[in-house]
Amino acid sequence: MATARDLLKGPVKVINVGLDSFAENLTSLGVPNVHLDWKPPANGDPEMIKILSILWEKDEYIKRVNEQAVSRMLQARPKLVDIKPAKEAIPGFEPNLILHAGPPISWDRMCGPMRGAVIGALIYEGMADTPQKAEELAASGEIKFAPCHEYGAVGPMAGIISASMPIFVVKNEAGENKAYSNLNEGLGKVLRFGAYSSDVIQRLNWMRDVLAPALSRAVNELDGVDIVSITAKALQMGDECHNRNTAATSLFIKAILPALLKVCEDSELKEVVEFLVSNDHFYLNISMAACKAVLDAAHGIEGSTLVTAMCRNGVEFGIRVSGLGDEWFTAPAPHVSGLYFPGFSDSDANPDLGDSAITETCGLGGFAMAAAPAIVQFVGGTVGDAVNYTKEMYDITMAVNPAYTIPLLDFQPTPVGIDLVKVVETGTSPIINTGIAHREAGIGQVGAGLVRAPMECFKAAISRFAEVTCE
Amino acid sequence: MVVRWLIKPNMYQDSVKLMKLTAEIQEMEGISQASVVMATDMNKAVLKDAGLLVSEVAEANANDLVIVVAADEEEHAEKALKAAEKLLETFNVEEGKTEKQKLPKTIQRGVEVLPGANLALISVPGTYAAAEAVKALNMGLNVHLFSDNVSLEDEVRLKELGCQKGLLVMGPDCGTAIIDGVPLAFANVVERGKIGIVGASGTGIQEATVLIERLGAGISHAIGTGGRDLSGAVGGRMMLMGIDLLEEDPSTEVILLVSKPAGSQTTPKILERVRKCRKPVVVCILKEDLSGSLSSWAVYAATIEDAAYKAVALANGEEPLTIPANFWGDYSELVSETVRNMRPEQQYLRGLFTGGTLADEAMLVLGNIIGDIYSNIPLKPELRLPSSQQSKAHTIIDLGDDEFTRGRPHPMIDPLPRNERLLQEYKDPEVAVILRDVVTGYGSHPDPAGELARAVMEAREAYPNNNAAVIAFVCGTEGDPQPLSAQVETLEKAGIMVLPSNAEAARVAGRIIKQLESKGV
Repeated sequence: MATARDLLKGPVKVINVGLDSFAENLTSLGVPNVHLDWKPPANGDPEMIKILSILWEKDEYIKRVNEQAVSRMLQARPKLVDIKPAKEAIPGFEPNLILHAGPPISWDRMCGPMRGAVIGALIYEGMADTPQKAEELAASGEIKFAPCHEYGAVGPMAGIISASMPIFVVKNEAGENKAYSNLNEGLGKVLRFGAYSSDVIQRLNWMRDVLAPALSRAVNELDGVDIVSITAKALQMGDECHNRNTAATSLFIKAILPALLKVCEDSELKEVVEFLVSNDHFYLNISMAACKAVLDAAHGIEGSTLVTAMCRNGVEFGIRVSGLGDEWFTAPAPHVSGLYFPGFSDSDANPDLGDSAITETCGLGGFAMAAAPAIVQFVGGTVGDAVNYTKEMYDITMAVNPAYTIPLLDFQPTPVGIDLVKVVETGTSPIINTGIAHREAGIGQVGAGLVRAPMECFKAAISRFAEVTCE
Repeated sequence: MVVRWLIKPNMYQDSVKLMKLTAEIQEMEGISQASVVMATDMNKAVLKDAGLLVSEVAEANANDLVIVVAADEEEHAEKALKAAEKLLETFNVEEGKTEKQKLPKTIQRGVEVLPGANLALISVPGTYAAAEAVKALNMGLNVHLFSDNVSLEDEVRLKELGCQKGLLVMGPDCGTAIIDGVPLAFANVVERGKIGIVGASGTGIQEATVLIERLGAGISHAIGTGGRDLSGAVGGRMMLMGIDLLEEDPSTEVILLVSKPAGSQTTPKILERVRKCRKPVVVCILKEDLSGSLSSWAVYAATIEDAAYKAVALANGEEPLTIPANFWGDYSELVSETVRNMRPEQQYLRGLFTGGTLADEAMLVLGNIIGDIYSNIPLKPELRLPSSQQSKAHTIIDLGDDEFTRGRPHPMIDPLPRNERLLQEYKDPEVAVILRDVVTGYGSHPDPAGELARAVMEAREAYPNNNAAVIAFVCGTEGDPQPLSAQVETLEKAGIMVLPSNAEAARVAGRIIKQLESKGV
């Protein structure tokens, strides 16, 4: 660390906080300087400033704990190790349990697509034979609903996982923890958007009976598939591994194809490969499970302000924080601003939905937007905007991830590890790059765009954090 | 409703681009639905649901681009198709739409972006300044805290933290510093040299550095401490650290300590440190007569001019004598001529300063010549003006004082309030001399001399019967963004007397007043 003595030896290098003319003067003299885009902390909210100043006093302690938390993230080595039915893979999975995306929510408050997906899951499980009976059963109290996150799992959009659904099992090779996600069904009329027609159920059956066993055999044949290296390569190929998975899916298919050829019957091989190549988003759920495995490795560390989950159930947005255990901090789910498919408009859109913001929580998605210029037009933006989104996220994160680099930023590592304190202090919400679901069950995706995590979640969490820390 | 379409075979376009194009077409007159997509099976299914799948489109394949519109009438549909076709060829995001490049928002990120950063220059509103300074110190940065309105309690806390970490906390309310040749905040561009300054006064440092250059020497570093550093509560923490640093610094051979009137609680502690210093030290704490207490181990200076003169002598290996009378020149003729032109009722001096320490120094010099001077920052409490807005007899005003700057820019940046006050003083037929400082350098107004010249001409025009003399000192250098020679020329052209030091300007003003007194008798 430099001291005053070193300063006098020069050269003077200045961080300018305040009047920009001071920085301009230094620039005209050729003195290295950086002018900050400074704003009053928490946009001047007096209550938040009070809390922040309490936490600033404990800055060194919190920083030390956070270093430990984020280093667990950076050291994590997520590997896809198997594909198994949920009830076999996930500890404590009961037959009447249905997992859903986002923070906890009861059946009567669920949004349209989530209700539709629950109906579909109950039919798929053979627990109801008509949608009406499924609704009755869901409302009866016999079904237990819980967030995916509370079972180490994540699911895009409705995120519904029921007992016999096949799921990806991702193991953190650097720790012992595992994380799970369901298998991506493709676009259009699919369960995660609340569709439950017979073709949807048939596809789920096929995935259970043909796809999952084939993939399981192939993955075991390979002794697992390393996810970090696929994601790293995909970032160099124009994916941000949330809303664009074109490269990653191709890389995954390339990785698994030799094993599939070995372990599949000819007839099933054709079906499996056709299915995989028809869906550019197949990798998304694997990416999500890997992110969950990484973040769970850093969860539950006392004194850490690392955000370990951001997710939405279509009604509420929720976050969890490493140092605050299993408590959820929620706010109404925001509206996504984006572009719509033909025939749809923002009046059709459901509020933000799905666990896929786990990718942003892990430093991908919106945080790696600069890696994916192909999709920035979703928000009517430019490549420059994409770069700016990523750059802005460095202000609210604890570290950078050397494993993931961005060509457009001269191979700078991506920002990683959202710091609750920095989010509140800078008034900068994490940016999330996401799909938009129709608000009615079963219609599917109607667009895609960008959304900011609601600041209220972070404010609620930081208030609790200050309480807990000052006890 | 009419549905019209266009098929572009084998024309692949990215789907996001097409969605954006679709959105543009949809906005066109008379268009109820539009779709520009690659004719994949999935997209065709979407078109079918939207009622837009005509048989030709149904037959297109995944490599074909299709444009389909539903419109209220034929003409609108055709127009939309043409527009879509044209957009496909030219479609590009408008230039200049990208938001300005993102700057870092936090000090921590700033340090990541600028490796090796070693100083935070903080000028945010006082309420937030201390917190930013703590963050900077915790990041291992020295702090130049320009902000004012930071509590004394916070100042003590910050300086304690700085001392623990071996980091400078220059401020709060530190207007100027020069470190390793770099002028920070409000500072002049001066030659580098052997004299190091620690100053509890912004304009005091500026004047000292300017005069040292004018006397042919240069500055190693000028460390600001903020005006309260020598108060009992702060205990001179940063002046002590500054002395330590300059004593160790190989480029510094002479140390000059400057402070505005400080109250004497901390002076003994500072002097104790000075006594042990291995390098020669010149001490100038305005209003404190230390001539008897320093004996041989340090040099006392009564004014900043005196301090600069003595420091330069020491740097040249000479005896630090008091500046000789008429050192800058013989102004007797100038004084006599000015006095000759005055009317009998003209007797008073009015000083309008932007630098508090310059005002202090002028009052010290003038007090010895003309006696009591009223002020908003008086040398003696009984000389406080009842209202700072209204001058009385001999008056010197510090227009940079808090009551004038609350909610508006400092008069070094915004000349208007001082020019208005000049007009007010010029209007008074009893006023003989108006004394002004002109502070240039980084941070100041781009042409303060021009502003003063304009104000003086306007005053003469408004009150042609009055003829108060205007005397100025330019606290500036040739290297400043407003070069000294040009500033002086502007003033002289306007008939303003320009003197080479603040003390000399005060002396000449004093001599004029004195001669008027004897003329009146």
